[in-house]
Amino acid sequence: MNAITKPRRRAVLGATLGAFTFGFHIPKASAQTAAAAAPTSPEVNAWVVVKPDDTVVIRIARSEMGQGTLTGLAQLVAEELECDWAKVTTEYPTPGQNLARGRVWGNMSTGGSRGIRESHEYVRKGGAAARMMLVQAAANAWRVPAGECTAAASVITHMPTRRTVTYGQVAEAAGRLSAPALAEVPLKASTDWKIAGQPVPRLDTRAKLNGSQVYGMDLKLPGMVNAAIRACPVFGGKVRAVDSTAAERMPGVKRVLRVGDYAVAVVADTWWRAKTALDAVTITWDEGEHATASSASFAEVMRAGLDAPQAAVGNQAGDARAAIAAAPRKVEAIYGVPHQNHACMEVMNATAVWTPERCEVWTPTQNGEAAHAAAAEAAGLPPARCEVHKIHLGGGFGRRGAVHDWVRQVVDLAKQMPGTPVKLLWTREEDMGQGRYHPVTMCKLTAGLDAQGNLSGLHMRISGQSIVAGIFPQNIRDGRDPVVFQGLNNAGGEADIGYGIPNLLIDHAMRNPHVPPGFWRGVNLNQNAIYLECFMDELAHAAGKDPLEFRRALMANYPKHLAVLNAVAARAGWGTPAPDVGGQRVFRGLCQTHGFGSYVAACAEVSVSDAGALKIHRIVAATDPGYAVNPQQITAQVEGSFVYGLSAALYGSCTVKDGRIEQTNFDSYPVMRMDAMPKVEAILMPSGGFWGGVGEPTIAVAAPAVLNAIFAATGKRIRQLPLQDADLRRT
Amino acid sequence: MAKLNVNGRTIEVEVEGDTPLLWVLREQLNLTGTKYGCGIAQCGACTVHVDGAATRSCSMPVSAFDENQKIVTIEGLSPDSSHPIQQAWLALDVPQCGFCQPGMIMAAAALVAATPRPTEAQIREEITNICRCGTYNRVIAGIQRATTGPGAAG
Ligand code: FES
Ligand code: FES
Repeated sequence: MNAITKPRRRAVLGATLGAFTFGFHIPKASAQTAAAAAPTSPEVNAWVVVKPDDTVVIRIARSEMGQGTLTGLAQLVAEELECDWAKVTTEYPTPGQNLARGRVWGNMSTGGSRGIRESHEYVRKGGAAARMMLVQAAANAWRVPAGECTAAASVITHMPTRRTVTYGQVAEAAGRLSAPALAEVPLKASTDWKIAGQPVPRLDTRAKLNGSQVYGMDLKLPGMVNAAIRACPVFGGKVRAVDSTAAERMPGVKRVLRVGDYAVAVVADTWWRAKTALDAVTITWDEGEHATASSASFAEVMRAGLDAPQAAVGNQAGDARAAIAAAPRKVEAIYGVPHQNHACMEVMNATAVWTPERCEVWTPTQNGEAAHAAAAEAAGLPPARCEVHKIHLGGGFGRRGAVHDWVRQVVDLAKQMPGTPVKLLWTREEDMGQGRYHPVTMCKLTAGLDAQGNLSGLHMRISGQSIVAGIFPQNIRDGRDPVVFQGLNNAGGEADIGYGIPNLLIDHAMRNPHVPPGFWRGVNLNQNAIYLECFMDELAHAAGKDPLEFRRALMANYPKHLAVLNAVAARAGWGTPAPDVGGQRVFRGLCQTHGFGSYVAACAEVSVSDAGALKIHRIVAATDPGYAVNPQQITAQVEGSFVYGLSAALYGSCTVKDGRIEQTNFDSYPVMRMDAMPKVEAILMPSGGFWGGVGEPTIAVAAPAVLNAIFAATGKRIRQLPLQDADLRRT
Repeated sequence: MAKLNVNGRTIEVEVEGDTPLLWVLREQLNLTGTKYGCGIAQCGACTVHVDGAATRSCSMPVSAFDENQKIVTIEGLSPDSSHPIQQAWLALDVPQCGFCQPGMIMAAAALVAATPRPTEAQIREEITNICRCGTYNRVIAGIQRATTGPGAAG
């Protein structure tokens, strides 16, 4: 029995993760002492701790959710630190420490593929400053000028005398020196990188092979109780009455509690007992004003927005309406993309302890600071009396970043049971029905072609939901959501249109349903790339031109967009027939976009059987992220992004009926599995001079490449996703 | 009261008989490597071996087991992550967030035990676990490496 209940510690120690150096189930820092826990060795600076045995602990402010940012950021620090990579471990500073130290670690938000592209400079400077201090400490001890010393692989050498000392031997003295002014800290050119830019293995793989990686769901604190929750399935609804008589008599049940005015939770000794008892609670809801809302009723609202006179302008050149009216040929199409659930493999969860003096939360979060703020607000305590301990995420995809509804819930519960650690774990059904959904939108595209088949004007009217309006309404100015035009903006930003169109109008009629929106991996780039890139394909065919040539003619002033498009076309063999697979003819489709700072393109190869069965055989995808910190992790992100993007394109749809989401689990919300997974060939072509993200951009090119290939195969334009609702038989 | 054989040990647990094996492993036995993903046998995150066969533990009541069935969880697959599947996973950096991976590894280990040299088509058909991070292609490569590469299982 003992061997089972006390897991082998060796496995935990073998992992190089320092963030949670506690044992398997019990955090080293218990609920009472965690916030007071001090680093075991003095730090050189905020980013770097070197222990006497030369172990280097690199502090990582962003969250690891599978995207590899932990390893990539550590590579950047280590590069400038000149430390021995084999001795690197990592740890997360807490949001409470960040607050107490004047945000010395900067922004902890981990979304928008920003982990590396927005912090590369200051983390590298952190590593470089630490190296300068270590060298200075050695020089001081030797009484020589620091300029006579060099550092490599955690060893400092005094060149004239060849004396050496390791980082671990001088770290304590270095930590007492004053830090160099950051403006005077030089950084290496990327061409001199030795650790950054290399496909080094991830630092967090070993613990993920034997069950020892602790996720929020796995956390166990002494004396902890477990909660299962059910919120009103109609967003905005409230609890009217609760009959918990039967539930309260069930084994292990401790309390039946309300959470705010909209949810009921059962707290029991184990989660399974809590969940079983919750099923026995009869809740009467006041479903509120949205009780009859449906996807169909909202589609009507969006459809009206397609022709509404009022709309916020995102991008404009010339006079699109006049050019289209004057064009000899007009092409028009309406597309639509439904709500999606993030469906992280690990459902929402958090653990909290509340006392009148203090509140602590343990949770997987993409934004420790936002979780901290949510916890403090729910706790009714000043932030300085609250702490959040970040735990590796079992997937994030945007669900665990901007809103921390589950954190508020667990603190609400903990507040009702002062001093008792409460773990809240959602069911998959709760996770599916209480999401923060990819926004629902439609788009009407209207274009004029001149007599030679050139694009003379384009009007793109987006109608539908704004994420920003739902989450950060203060950022809406004059009815305009600045993020809704991702990938369609004028040149100079991180998500720009890649075509020179003489007369262009892109505008948005904001129409918000009651379903709460969220940042969903890829965000608005996803649907915008579908709309623009599928319509470009339509225009090419209407003009009787090759889709690649038609695009190229508009891309003369967009060399980086064009370079990735050319790269996929060349690798895929565009212009030559694709070889048959299993007796089926294979067809290609391509597309490109720009988002999260990176230029991306894809070419898909598909076949469609006579019965209409779609098979996606191969995806060629190119990414220009400016700089590539870990090529093998970028490849992993690109592969994974096609799973996410194609899951949505093939199956993903959250529909609303009677005010609530109809899908409840992976049986009604199918996602891509291995049988449908195409081969993915990732082309990485960093051109330097800018920093782009890699976790999201290629999601956006998944669906349009496949949809364009389906047209090539069948002559059918699928303009409403998901594809599983479409009849793909050739007509 | 249930009597189980888990990772080579016979143990008794005090629990309602209709409790799914998954929750007995996680809550009574603290074997949290086995994950909850869906609870309805859809995702495979809860996969364990029962007499060598990959089994979705979320959908089996603990009363369906006795001490004669050998249950192996990810913690018991090998003492030191030396199983060829674990070694291949390490070599190829298969996991992303890693949450699905205990189930994925257990499903893969059961597959190669039953089919020492699976074809790619067999792998695609047999491994139906969900990975939202999208590690599928590396999972396929990992199984192939474990079964045909150096240190192959078969
Ligand atoms: S949790 Fe058992 S199959 Fe998903
Ligand atoms: S690695 Fe994250 S769900 Fe599979």
